[in-house]
Amino acid sequence: MGYNCVVLIKQVPDTKRITGNAMNDDGTVKRSALPAIFNPEDLNALEMALQIKEKFGGKITVITMGLPAAGAVLRDSLYRGADEAILVTDSRCAASDTLATSYILSCAVKKLDYDIVLCGRQAIDGDTAQVGPQLAEKLGITQITYVESLEQLENTNIIAKRNIGNGWQKIKASLPVLLTVINTANEPRVAAARKIMKYKKALSPVEIRQKIKTENPQADESDIEKLVEHKCSGLKNVNMLIKQWNLDDISADLQWCGQSGSPTKVHRIQSVVLTAKESKAIEPTEKGIADMIHELISDKVIA
Amino acid sequence: MIEVNRNGEVWVFAEQHNGQLEDTPIELMSKARHLADILHVKLAAVLPGDKIKKLGKKLIQHGADKVYLVEDPQLKTYQTNSYAKVIYDLIHKHKPQIVLYGATVAGRDLAPRIASAVKAGLTADCTDLQIGDHQNIKDKKVHPNLLFQIRPAFGGNIIATIINHDRWPQMATVREGVMVPTEPDAKRKGEIIEEKIALTEQDLPLEILEEHKQPKKVDLKAARIIVAGGAGVGSKDNFQLIWDLANCLGASPAATRAAVDLGFIDHDHQVGQTGTTVRPSLYIAVGISGQIQHQAGMSQSQKIIAINSDPAAPIFNIAHYKIVGDLNIVVPMMIKALREKSIKE
Repeated sequence: MGYNCVVLIKQVPDTKRITGNAMNDDGTVKRSALPAIFNPEDLNALEMALQIKEKFGGKITVITMGLPAAGAVLRDSLYRGADEAILVTDSRCAASDTLATSYILSCAVKKLDYDIVLCGRQAIDGDTAQVGPQLAEKLGITQITYVESLEQLENTNIIAKRNIGNGWQKIKASLPVLLTVINTANEPRVAAARKIMKYKKALSPVEIRQKIKTENPQADESDIEKLVEHKCSGLKNVNMLIKQWNLDDISADLQWCGQSGSPTKVHRIQSVVLTAKESKAIEPTEKGIADMIHELISDKVIA
Repeated sequence: MIEVNRNGEVWVFAEQHNGQLEDTPIELMSKARHLADILHVKLAAVLPGDKIKKLGKKLIQHGADKVYLVEDPQLKTYQTNSYAKVIYDLIHKHKPQIVLYGATVAGRDLAPRIASAVKAGLTADCTDLQIGDHQNIKDKKVHPNLLFQIRPAFGGNIIATIINHDRWPQMATVREGVMVPTEPDAKRKGEIIEEKIALTEQDLPLEILEEHKQPKKVDLKAARIIVAGGAGVGSKDNFQLIWDLANCLGASPAATRAAVDLGFIDHDHQVGQTGTTVRPSLYIAVGISGQIQHQAGMSQSQKIIAINSDPAAPIFNIAHYKIVGDLNIVVPMMIKALREKSIKE
């Protein structure tokens, strides 16, 4: 008994903290100038998976597609209770739009046994909410978006409550399903100290390589290779190796990945500078205010 | 995947629930009419549902040349797969060059499912659409008359213009409330084309057990005057000032996300990127610093009055009337001035 849950997560720049220094002169965003965080609604998706596991048993696998640095959010998932973490990283993923991203993720998810796929409704860097439904289509499974709570899970039937903006809906479907989870669904738990102690040294092969290279600047490529292999097998033995897949590992057709798999292209980026065409300062005095009100009435702005 | 074709129509998904058209298709129709005219092609609405033929006429009055009507009892209630199947099949049959959806809960559930199946591009939550030429940086090839899909990104800090030049249709969802609907023209003529799409059980995997919709208590989109409070108002009690000023003006009270999160007022009143987009004649921003996410929902207001004790607050960059001062003094002064005016009249 129990359910296999796969949770898709993303490391995102903290867009709430964008300041002037984080913008390039051409209006693009310096991703490196922003703190990288766990996409907030993906934490809600992970929490929902953890609650399913607590109630029914099963296994939670967390997948992210990203740069090697995305290992941080995978470790964070392990701290919170995920059983396995997989990093999909490959330079050929670069420039993927939502369609290519969902294709790549679908190739990764297809390698796993799953009953329920969960993701956050949307990521705060793009706010598109597209990858979830696109992934469901590519997997050929039912999607339930905007999920606020799980009402029932019995054998292969699921009942979920969706937030439909001006109300809610209770929906029944058969597994497997993909759920996109919204921020009001739950309060994500914090990392468990015991698990932090256990997993803080968990690493992916690409992170191990980077670390060994920094520690042994003089070593040649074959020595580094040996050290990496040694470290990987050591971590694997204690179940601390973050699994790492490239596009070949997941048998992805390159035509549908990266730039060639992405129909949408950026034509132009502009930074947002809004200014009023004409403006006047009003004194915060009875006269200043009364004059303004009078002007608004004579301009028929106020009836 | 559909080849680039310059004769393809412009389409709008006509979202309806229980026989009632949503606002978004009507809003979208005015913009789509404009795009179709530039491209010299027909504008069509795609209308799936059950017993909804009468809505076709309304869509024509708002600018559609054609309505593809798909009536089927199985389409009575919206489901992702059945609606996606209908639109997917129609896209392959008629090969439109542009397909637009409202960025409603249903639109954001449906459009990506279709885009994935058609293997076409999709841009989410556009705030503007234009037709323009794009030059490819690599081969310098110019692609004329593409759909410019304009949207805020990175939490509203940048505006990106997205195109898809090689795989069509060009698809986008459009934010609710940003396109201005035009008045219906009862004399407009158009064609209602009935389409039949065969649905199987696989297209209807969901069972809707229960649905509860509360009518929106407030309709900020329709408000002519809005008085909005931010975190600077300080407390739920003090938010009464916002209600009082709004009452004086016959205005709708509104708030920033921060004020809603602090519990000053209900979420229905929220203006901004995660709330409602408004464009009233007058927007009075009280104790609002003016984060970009808030500006995204109100910068199109015709006149903006900002009241804030911090002269460096970003809201002043877009305000027409800037009042640097304590809102607890300024707002009562405004109420007093308004009452005196109404007594004189």
